[in-house]
Amino acid sequence: MGLQAYLTLAAVIFCIGLFGVVTRRNTIGILLGIELMLNAVNINLVAFARFHADVTGMIFTVFTICITVSEAALGLAIVILLFRIRRTVMADHLDLLKG
Amino acid sequence: MVDTGFFALAALLLHAFAFLLLALVPPLRRRGRPAALVSILCAAGSLAAAVQAWRTHGGETISRLVWDWLPAQGQALATVGVLADATSTVMLTLVGLVALLVQVYSLGYLSDEPQPALGRYYTYQSLFAFSMMGLVLSPNLLQLFIFWELVGLCSYLLIGYWYQRPAAARAAVKAFWTTKAGDVGLLIGIILLWRQSGTFDLTELRVLVESNALPLAGLSVITFCIYLGAMGKSAQFPLHVWLPDAMEGPTPVSALIHAATMVTAGVYLLVRTSWLFALTPDVLQIVAWIGAFTALLAAVLACVQDDIKRVLAYSTVSQLGYMMTAIGAGFAGAGLFHLLTHGVFKALLFLGSGALIHAVGSNNLSSMGRLAKQMPQTAIVFIVGTLSLAGIPLFGGFVSKEEILGGVWESGLVGPFVLLMIVAFLTAFYMFRAVFLAFFGAPAPAAAGHSHEAPHAHDPPATMAAPLWILAALSVAVGLYTFFIGPGPLGEAGGAAGAEVVSPAWLKPVAVGVAAAGILLAWLRYERRLVDPAVFASALGPIYRAALAKFWIDDLFEGVFAAGTLAFSRLVGWVDRYLVDGVLNALSAWTLTAGDDMRSMQSGRAQDYVYGVAVGLLVLLLWARWALA
Repeated sequence: MGLQAYLTLAAVIFCIGLFGVVTRRNTIGILLGIELMLNAVNINLVAFARFHADVTGMIFTVFTICITVSEAALGLAIVILLFRIRRTVMADHLDLLKG
Repeated sequence: MVDTGFFALAALLLHAFAFLLLALVPPLRRRGRPAALVSILCAAGSLAAAVQAWRTHGGETISRLVWDWLPAQGQALATVGVLADATSTVMLTLVGLVALLVQVYSLGYLSDEPQPALGRYYTYQSLFAFSMMGLVLSPNLLQLFIFWELVGLCSYLLIGYWYQRPAAARAAVKAFWTTKAGDVGLLIGIILLWRQSGTFDLTELRVLVESNALPLAGLSVITFCIYLGAMGKSAQFPLHVWLPDAMEGPTPVSALIHAATMVTAGVYLLVRTSWLFALTPDVLQIVAWIGAFTALLAAVLACVQDDIKRVLAYSTVSQLGYMMTAIGAGFAGAGLFHLLTHGVFKALLFLGSGALIHAVGSNNLSSMGRLAKQMPQTAIVFIVGTLSLAGIPLFGGFVSKEEILGGVWESGLVGPFVLLMIVAFLTAFYMFRAVFLAFFGAPAPAAAGHSHEAPHAHDPPATMAAPLWILAALSVAVGLYTFFIGPGPLGEAGGAAGAEVVSPAWLKPVAVGVAAAGILLAWLRYERRLVDPAVFASALGPIYRAALAKFWIDDLFEGVFAAGTLAFSRLVGWVDRYLVDGVLNALSAWTLTAGDDMRSMQSGRAQDYVYGVAVGLLVLLLWARWALA
């Protein structure tokens, strides 16, 4: 399989993640979407590292995974706090910024 | 003759000193009477210096003290200083005399005023005398203009002395603006003349004129502009409207304005530059005709006034018309001569009327009557002044008036001559009307109901009586001297400024006859009441009504200038309100609606924003691909 197949897979996963972020009503679902998008990027990085015989991409991936984990932890904490205050985690109810 | 210049300068600076002292030391000014004494002392010293300057001036030689001012390349652009010659020193003496007597008189007349106001009054008085003397002594037109404006300012301040009264405040503003309209002409004239000749200096200008070195092209415009300034200050038609209203000031101020300062400035300016005007005979014609017309108009108006001060005010306008006509006829000397004699007896008349008003408590002739018994002194001096003004031989104004009439006749201006003869008749009539109504006869029928005979009326105190007697004595002395010996020093001042007048032999009896006829008519009408007032009124009905309405000139001005200004203001207001503000309002309204429309885009939901970012990014990528490929 060539590089293109990996890139296509990553693009598809990215789009699925984006779709999830934009359409899910549940905030936890949105967080899952973001995870998907980040992992799509990871696939890209690893694929480029493998095909260009350059280890830099893999190191970056390790970093990204770390950051993703922290982000998920922070995101879940925010969602829990949000639920305590607003009694809801539905994204379309959280519209305090409405003009 | 440095002495003459020195004395003239001393006369000028003494008033400046008094003014500065009163203006810069408020405790002195607020004390009132001490301030008045300072001012009067300085005025007395100034008069002595002025008399000395007049006595020592050397005939045709001219004493100049000038210092450079406005330095420019090479030589100074203008100078300041004093120019003391026959014309200016005699004028200086008149100003000094009237200023002193008016200040002394005011001490009695304004004795009821609060002290700070009295101090303010004397401050203005000193400034007024200083400005007028500076104007008289100016060696160049630029300095003259500065003092000219100062005189205007002082008249504004003094007419509006009782500024709490709306009428006085309005009259002050009216005087200021009306004269200002003429002043603009004067300034333009001076600048144009400077462009043409390169100098402001009167002596240099005269040399240029006499050596025919001044280009004549456009000179008529220049002299006419200068005449406009004189027209405003000397209350010539149509800029005469401010003078009768100026009666709102205290009576001594009226005396000062009418006799020696302010209104004489215009005549003096024309006398001063008569050699320049001689180059433009067409403008002189205008001056003469307007002068004669003004004289007639004002004389007619004077006949119907009830306010004694207004009678005198219109008579001043009328006499100024006389002087202007003389200047227009080319006899500036006769004009100045009449200015001097008129200054003495007009000051007398005004101060006398002040004594009447002081005693009766009203300006109106209808509330006076039979005052001769109660106020014999005032009656005598007032009648002396009246006889002088009417042009009766042996009294002040006779010779000078006759010289004007002779000059106008000699220069062939038949129209103005006829007008002036009518004016001479009217002058005698309206002045004696005032005398009969105030001092003799029965109280007017209108006032008989509530007898206004003012039993408490009595002659004024010494501070007021002394100036009256001095002026009356001077009027008689001038009259006797000029009648038997000739114009003498007064005529010499005139002689230096214009040609000699040789009046025809028949003029003297005719002038006296006309004046006597006027007196006779006034006697018949107001003393004996032989002429039925109804007949009088019906015969002269339209003129009478028109005169009562001041010939609608004031109304016309109000209509043209006041209403015009108002209409223009409304237009400007409309433009500001609807065009300027309108654009701004529309802009802000559009901003508001645009914001209102845009806010619906802000749903506040994070997902919508993400959606927007994603779509925007996609569009950008596609565009980049399409545009950059």
